[in-house]
Amino acid sequence: MKLIFEKSRPGRRASSLPRYDLPEPEIAADLRRETPPRLPEVSEPELVRHFTELTSRNYGVDTGFYPLGSCTMKHNPRVNERIVDLPGFRDLHPLQEEDGAQGALELMWRLQEILAEVAGLDAVSLQPAAGSQGELTGLMLMRAYFAERGERRRKVVIPDTAHGTNPASVTMAGYEVVSVRTDPRGNVDLGDLRGKVDAETAGLMLTNPSTLGLFDEGIEEVARIFHDAGALLYYDGANLNAVCGISRPGDMGFDIVHFNLHKTFSQPHGGGGPGAGPIAVRGVLEPFLPVPTVARDADRFRYEYDRPRTIGRVRAFGGPFGVFVRSYAYIRAFGPELREMSEAAVLNANYLLARLKDAYELPFDRLCMHEFVLSARNLKREHGVTALDVAKRLIDHGFHPPTIYFPLIVPEALMIEPTETEPKETLDAFAEAMLDIAREAAEDPDALRRAPTRAVVGRLDEVKAAKRAVVRYAFEDHPDLSEEPARPVAAEAPKGV
Amino acid sequence: MAATESYPDDVKYHPEHDWARVEGGEATLGITWYAQDALGELVHFEPPEEGATVTKDQSYGEVESVKAVSDVIAPLSGDVVAVNRAVVDAPETVNEDPYGDGWLIRIRLTNPQEVGDLLNAGAYRELLAGL
Repeated sequence: MKLIFEKSRPGRRASSLPRYDLPEPEIAADLRRETPPRLPEVSEPELVRHFTELTSRNYGVDTGFYPLGSCTMKHNPRVNERIVDLPGFRDLHPLQEEDGAQGALELMWRLQEILAEVAGLDAVSLQPAAGSQGELTGLMLMRAYFAERGERRRKVVIPDTAHGTNPASVTMAGYEVVSVRTDPRGNVDLGDLRGKVDAETAGLMLTNPSTLGLFDEGIEEVARIFHDAGALLYYDGANLNAVCGISRPGDMGFDIVHFNLHKTFSQPHGGGGPGAGPIAVRGVLEPFLPVPTVARDADRFRYEYDRPRTIGRVRAFGGPFGVFVRSYAYIRAFGPELREMSEAAVLNANYLLARLKDAYELPFDRLCMHEFVLSARNLKREHGVTALDVAKRLIDHGFHPPTIYFPLIVPEALMIEPTETEPKETLDAFAEAMLDIAREAAEDPDALRRAPTRAVVGRLDEVKAAKRAVVRYAFEDHPDLSEEPARPVAAEAPKGV
Repeated sequence: MAATESYPDDVKYHPEHDWARVEGGEATLGITWYAQDALGELVHFEPPEEGATVTKDQSYGEVESVKAVSDVIAPLSGDVVAVNRAVVDAPETVNEDPYGDGWLIRIRLTNPQEVGDLLNAGAYRELLAGL
């Protein structure tokens, strides 16, 4: 389809504004633009059709099954949207004085209390805007804690299955990354770990269940190794959807936890946000939490700034409030039965795994948690068909592909997370498509290499997209990319938000 | 054009899929055919500075494909004397010729005994067979 700039015709308008009859504001000459902005000029029906066509080309969890591993693309209940649209929430200004925002502050306080309980820890900051910022904030707390104790520790241990944000956060926080191997059962390799933890180790960052969808069977020993060395344990909450109300990171020995509210507790997030990455901490770290937190005095709720040892603010105002409302609504809909959410997520994943594990390789043959990782290595070896080809063919079957080529330790990885909100019929339809593709790999591998053939666009040239990204319309100088031949050779980047 | 699979005998191999061609007190470093094949076509190479120190078993740079960003591990320790600018400008050179034009950096060895820790082509092939 054409870009809206290509549909533009000089002078065409979607609406006519009344003549501006106020005195012109004074703007210094050097601040004035010399030429008017080149905005697209279209009529209202053209505008409506343009964006309606765009939405029809989108694929979201409202369109169909979206098993993008580690991203937890669950259904977003519409009641959440009604609640976030209540005028007392929707029309609130972030600078509203506290007396006029008691309901909003109470919701934030209650969410803090719930998250502390889910984590099995003592105190919560709702401020971080996303999981990645939660990670950085957690590591800054670690730094503040050791600085106050006068300890110079420079290393943070991360398993080789970790999300890429973990080493990035460690580096940004000024620590050195130490990588630890995964053992043949998919757990942290304790032998390798023991040799890598010493008096210079500040902590561990661990996702549990891991990105392999496996619960670490040695977690108590892992915690002991770090605590014996005086180090702290950080829990990456990316996979918290597996364990809510069943096991608590704090009880496993973790000292800092971040949540991905937009994953675990529902929030439309396929377009990259908005997210929320609150953190929960053990009592010894509470004095360093960002300000403000929300405090309760009898029946009144207020922002608490009195925290002399705080690391400071990490975000403007109180945090991404709309996400808080939706997540709070999602949690309260389960009430004390929150564990049913995780139980259904784990059951759905194990059902799919059982249906698929004979057609694809299963690198770690165990019960999975809320997601699992298969390998298309058998298809590659026998038929020259890759995980990318499988993913592209799934588009032809009407499904969003799973995460592929992640975690990096599994060749030709397919990481599948069905979530708790899918019925058995959907899981069966997806399983049939995956089995169909495995059969097709043997019978007609070229058909897979050409896929997708039933989508609005064919196989994308991802190398060219990476090397020659055209992200801005250049008017007369805009390159005609349709003339250049595509070279469909490479794979998709691991995704996750 | 992607190269065909090969593990030449004139270089030594590191288990993290890196190679070193040792000549006198210097060594040329790169990634193996297996590594470039696993990554797919490279779109970026982040080299170290000339003059920087690289340490055996530690990362000295990054290669990026549309699949992943990977650390490049130094098979030997030394000081960087040259960076292959041709690969910085055209990273796919590594896919086309991983042991030739696709070399990444040249170092002056600071601990030449480390060469003894590296694998020959046969041992590296055995390691690959087990993956």
